[in-house]
Amino acid sequence: MAALAVYLLTPGSLAQDIILIVAAILAGVPIAIKAFQALRMKAFSIDLLVTIAVVGAMIIGEYTEAAVVSFLFLFGHYLEGRTLQRTRASLKLLMDMAPLEATILKNGERITIPAEEVQIGDHVIVQPGGRIPVDGKVITGQSLINQAAITGESVPVNKTKGDQVFSSTVSDNGYLEILAEKVGDDTTFAKIIELVEEAQETKAKTQKFMERFAAYYTPGIIILSVIVGLITLNVHLALTFLVIACPGALVISVPVSIVAGIGNGAKNGILIKGGDKMENLAKVNTLVFDKTGTLTKGKPEVTDIKAYGISADELLQLTAEVEVTSEHHLDKTIVKKAEEKGLKLVHNPSDVEIMKGHGLRAMLNGQQIYVGNKSGAEKLGIAIDIEANEYMLQQQKNGNTSVFIARDKEVIGIISIADQVREEAPATMNQLRNAGIGDLMMLTGDNELVAQKVAYQLGIDKVYAELLPEHKVSKVTELKTSGRNVAMIGDGINDAPAIATADVGIAMGGTGTDVTMETADIILMSDKLDKLPYAIKLAKATIRNMKQNTYFALITVALLLVGVLTDKIHLASGMLIHEISVILVILNAVRLVGFPKYQVWFKWLNFNAKKRKEHTETQLTV
Amino acid sequence: MKTIRIQLETLTCPSCINKIEGVLNKQTGVDEAKVMFNSSKVKITYNEEETNPEEISAIIEKLGYPVLS
Repeated sequence: MAALAVYLLTPGSLAQDIILIVAAILAGVPIAIKAFQALRMKAFSIDLLVTIAVVGAMIIGEYTEAAVVSFLFLFGHYLEGRTLQRTRASLKLLMDMAPLEATILKNGERITIPAEEVQIGDHVIVQPGGRIPVDGKVITGQSLINQAAITGESVPVNKTKGDQVFSSTVSDNGYLEILAEKVGDDTTFAKIIELVEEAQETKAKTQKFMERFAAYYTPGIIILSVIVGLITLNVHLALTFLVIACPGALVISVPVSIVAGIGNGAKNGILIKGGDKMENLAKVNTLVFDKTGTLTKGKPEVTDIKAYGISADELLQLTAEVEVTSEHHLDKTIVKKAEEKGLKLVHNPSDVEIMKGHGLRAMLNGQQIYVGNKSGAEKLGIAIDIEANEYMLQQQKNGNTSVFIARDKEVIGIISIADQVREEAPATMNQLRNAGIGDLMMLTGDNELVAQKVAYQLGIDKVYAELLPEHKVSKVTELKTSGRNVAMIGDGINDAPAIATADVGIAMGGTGTDVTMETADIILMSDKLDKLPYAIKLAKATIRNMKQNTYFALITVALLLVGVLTDKIHLASGMLIHEISVILVILNAVRLVGFPKYQVWFKWLNFNAKKRKEHTETQLTV
Repeated sequence: MKTIRIQLETLTCPSCINKIEGVLNKQTGVDEAKVMFNSSKVKITYNEEETNPEEISAIIEKLGYPVLS
């Protein structure tokens, strides 16, 4: 500080020279020590360059410059450290959610131990307001649990006996006893942290370029410094080159943005596995969805009951009685519906005969009952009148699967079943268009009519139905080779091959399995679609931020070089510009920590999206 | 072969990465050293017959980077 004040006041006297020398030594010694430490281990460091520059400046009598350079270098580093920590704030915040202590039941007694010492099989007790220290199953109790640490979703979820709970989530209001299944480093939370830490180190393509640049830049400038020094015999100029040889802003510009972006994602339940994945996600223009379980709830529900000659409840009861033994998912849906309605299943079916690909036939209460599809009914010679046929066609058009119920040879009802579209899906599709995704597509193994219905409901551009898993993979490959940047999103298990094939693989519901965590590039921790637009916007914001930093760093370097060569920039000002550029780059990245705040480009994208929407509407009317 | 993660004080200058990695990778017994700059950690895979965490930490300290854990 004193040095800076003196530098600004200028007039030169012996007393001032002495103050400056002392200041230079005070600030320079720590730098020299670091340089020496590195040198002793045969390592080259920037500290060494600065030390040479400072010592050189003192020898040629430039005390002011020497003092200011060493002071700026130290102070700059201090500021860098402080601001860098802010880019890492999101992850730090997440890590602070890690549980520290656990209360376990041992021989009927409650003891409190460090969280990492809990063993698998221990009974863990969590009081209201307490943090759950392990992954496990609830044995007794019931509570609303805030799972924000895992899913980024702060709306509490009700958990009761038999439910899975996760380490670092918070029990809001109830008492819980949990059987520990995963502890310490094996918990989902610990894996998230590890994954994010590793992800932050995965280099973006731009970063690799910048590092290669820096790898030539620093030695290049040093050589230049020596050559310039030897030719012009201008020591001052040679020393200035040494000061600007430090590649600070160049090397740091990309990783600071990526770290801030990945951290922001992690805090919001979006795991992005590295800078390169972030770059790819920002480039995606085609988003391919799996249907079942991704766009739809994955749980079929009874949507309509049409009874002929009996009441709807009677029909449901009778159908459920016949189907109670069946393992088919449509049958299970009907039985579940009957149970929900509180209907008692009293009669037991006999002579149950499964008609493969059609349905089943059984004797119930002395009458023959058939439950199944139309072709099975026709095979049995059951007459389907025009009214029933019309109704069935209408239901199919609406995306339902129709189940016929016949008593003896007469149709007594039709139950319609459909896998409902997720509640958040329509809004998500709009947001995705706003986020700049050009084409939304759907792949499904389901039949064409059902698929078309879902696509129509959501405004999806293209549907590929009746696909086997391997066909999904070849479809994704096909889209990729047609020049699109394809992201595939699925629930991770049965879609794993297609997810792995896409440019960007996105898995939903990451708390499920390790497989999901391994195959996908991006993991949405909550089992919900609505984080997807956020992830894409975040990736775009991060890449924009990274580009701003990159250009800024490159321009700074160019200006420094020109400035030094034209004798406009000297030791102290060179160091000042260098340090300021590093800090500006970091501060720019800090903006991402607060994303979606402090961004200025949403309006422009919305304008684009509107145009796109009109376009699809006209497509549909044609 | 064992893997440890050593937590350092916040790293600020990316050139530290090359310094720490370069020196550690030259040590006998160290199979691979990787500096995780953003979390200020060093991940080291080493042969437990030839070296140990204390020795590795000491080297890092000697380079001028305080080891936290």
